[in-house]
Amino acid sequence: MLTLDRNLLHRFGLLLVILFVGIALSLLTDTFLSVANFTNVARQISINGILAVGVTFVLLTAGVDLSLGSVVALSGVACATFAHPGDHSVFVPIAVGLLTGAACGLVNGVLVTRGGVAPFIVTLGMMTIARGLALIFSGGRPVANMSNEMTALAGDIWGIPIPVLCFAGVALAAWFFLQNFRLGRHIYAVGGNENAARAAGVPVERVKLFAYALCGLLTGLAGVVLAARITTGQPNAGQAYELDAIAAVVIGGTSLAGGVGTITGTLLGVLLIGVINNGLDLMGVSSYYQAVIKGVIIVGAVWLDRRQARS
Amino acid sequence: MLRALELRKDFGGITVLHPTSIDFLPGEVHALMGENGAGKSTLMKIVAGLYRPDGGQVEWRERYAEFTSPHDALVAGIAMIHQELMPIPNLTVAENITLGTEPCSGFGLIDRPSQLARAKELLGELESNINPTRMMRTLTVAQTQVVEIAKALGRQADVILMDEPTAALSDHEVAALFRAITRLKARGVAIVYTTHKMDEVFRLADRISVLRDGSLVGTAPASEMNPAKLITMMVGRELADIFPARQPPTDELLLEVSDLTHEPAYRDVSFQIRRGEVVALAGLMGAGRTEVVSAIYGLQPASSGRISFHSRTLSILSPQDALAAGIGMVTEDRKGLGLIPALGVGQNITLTALRDLSNGPLLNHRAEAAAANSRMTEFAVKASSRAQPIAQLSGGNQQKALLARCLLGNPDLIILDEPTRGIDIGAKAEIYALIQKLARAGKGILLVSSELPEVLSLAHRIVVLRRGSVSATLDAASTDQETVLRHAMPL
Repeated sequence: MLTLDRNLLHRFGLLLVILFVGIALSLLTDTFLSVANFTNVARQISINGILAVGVTFVLLTAGVDLSLGSVVALSGVACATFAHPGDHSVFVPIAVGLLTGAACGLVNGVLVTRGGVAPFIVTLGMMTIARGLALIFSGGRPVANMSNEMTALAGDIWGIPIPVLCFAGVALAAWFFLQNFRLGRHIYAVGGNENAARAAGVPVERVKLFAYALCGLLTGLAGVVLAARITTGQPNAGQAYELDAIAAVVIGGTSLAGGVGTITGTLLGVLLIGVINNGLDLMGVSSYYQAVIKGVIIVGAVWLDRRQARS
Repeated sequence: MLRALELRKDFGGITVLHPTSIDFLPGEVHALMGENGAGKSTLMKIVAGLYRPDGGQVEWRERYAEFTSPHDALVAGIAMIHQELMPIPNLTVAENITLGTEPCSGFGLIDRPSQLARAKELLGELESNINPTRMMRTLTVAQTQVVEIAKALGRQADVILMDEPTAALSDHEVAALFRAITRLKARGVAIVYTTHKMDEVFRLADRISVLRDGSLVGTAPASEMNPAKLITMMVGRELADIFPARQPPTDELLLEVSDLTHEPAYRDVSFQIRRGEVVALAGLMGAGRTEVVSAIYGLQPASSGRISFHSRTLSILSPQDALAAGIGMVTEDRKGLGLIPALGVGQNITLTALRDLSNGPLLNHRAEAAAANSRMTEFAVKASSRAQPIAQLSGGNQQKALLARCLLGNPDLIILDEPTRGIDIGAKAEIYALIQKLARAGKGILLVSSELPEVLSLAHRIVVLRRGSVSATLDAASTDQETVLRHAMPL
């Protein structure tokens, strides 16, 4: 019961912060409180949301993935290369984008589990390798001329943006997975105490490999969604996306030491970062100041949370 | 000078130290005695500022002291030598000894020559010739212990708390430590001392306080005590009645280990376990006991040798292999290899058996809850609910939960590595009863224990290891502590 209560408190506290920021923005601007803007926020957070859900799995195993942004760009370029009008069915570029991401994740996972190299280093390497590959494959130029079917992926179904539907589907599936799959429990066990999990018969290496590969797959999805939205494969896209994603997960209560965290927490973290970004835009704050304010809020939120957890 | 006043400490809702008051006097060696888990270390850690008390106060030089960190206590003049050694491996011996008290010249630069001289002087007090320029990580456990003692001496403290300082020391080093303690006494330093070795207490202590199950049983001058009286106070009942009767094992061979070797830890280790038999691996610290059982469980596979189980030769390369074959283990290293601290008690118990509590890849939450609840009742695991994080439980309850985890998969062979370390006497008795119950049910038990009474009273046979080799296989009913020790001691 104790953990449940603390999780509730944590989510409740975070929800209060989001509400507070929301109310403040409603008073400060006349554009925040509108259906159009809410749809806009949802659309803006969907890519960070998909990435954050993916990296939650890796952080839960006490790992980290710094290559998200670069892999988003590489997957986007790979996807756009196969998305010229009349070349292939729309499923081909989507599959290529997803598989590119998954392959990067798998390489990360293999190096971490078989190679015994620290996740920080492995994914730091992947960060520059994937960026370099994106530039090589695209010749340094945006891959344009995308089919209409492909760009339609950034459109709406029943008035809801497809990227938002993707994000919602991913989040729901991830939540269900961690709650109800044996592999989900194994992820918590590995992150909580890797050696004890191994001694209890948990296939630690396979569990970690899965987490990195899944994170890569979702990063590929984010790359595809982004390419559809900006109608090109941009080799320079996704700069520092990993930071927003990791920040959202940590704000949501996931421990960088592993073993503790939830998808609902991650969703709230994504929402908070999204609302802040949106609000600062609406208020016309310069992007230079935005960066500073966002950093302060991220550190502040986590600091408050840890202080609360200690007491 | 130093007083504990009604000190109380709770962990996870369970009181590990009931309100306890003890006075410590200058120039006196005060021995704290008690079983593992009696509350000795907890009391010392409160006095040394590591733990905050949940009740009561520390009075220091006629004033209430609020130590919020070990640093506060050190500044006030209270130093502690910890049972768990905490060296910084990649610094030199001298740097470790003077850590936090480095002699400095101007501009805050460390004065290397005086640092070395200081370390040499302190090691000299302990009659040790460890070179202070050596890296800490190259030292043996005993040498590390000597350095930690030197570090505490160097604090110029008025009170030194020593939590089992001689656990890893040779007789020669112990004698040197005792001479150093005598000199400290003469300087008016108060020494608080815990040990499990009876002879040390009566050689060293001026007064003795006995703790049992977190409560003070009594304090008396050492001259008014004798070993028999002390043991009765520590245990609170006759030792014999906590060990249930053994039943003879069956003739059916369960496990046969032949010529198991993994240099330099152990070599040519062979023994058998029959169904219904409890076999104990005895030996000194570092004799290779944990390494041998780790090989059988696949944690650290042996480099050669044969393990046959149910008359089939097994290749056990990981705990997964061992579990699949029907071999379970409860580790000696509860924190490192046992607990998943953030998960609930229930989820810790079911971790190994999750496959049986699933439909395909999906967890069967109802079956899992039922399994966890019934095991917690059966093993009398005290927790507020199965969702309570296992880290909040007392050592005894954590140990019972890990036993429950091991047994949930219904293994035929159960390896118990120091199953009663650091748990209270009540939990010990429950575990003893459980071991005999499992043996009666036809399981094989491989027991590793450093407590000889435990080994002699629980096991049918005792395999003694000496420096990685089997030195004797003894029938427990017809042997005694002296014989086991004779085979365990290096020649």
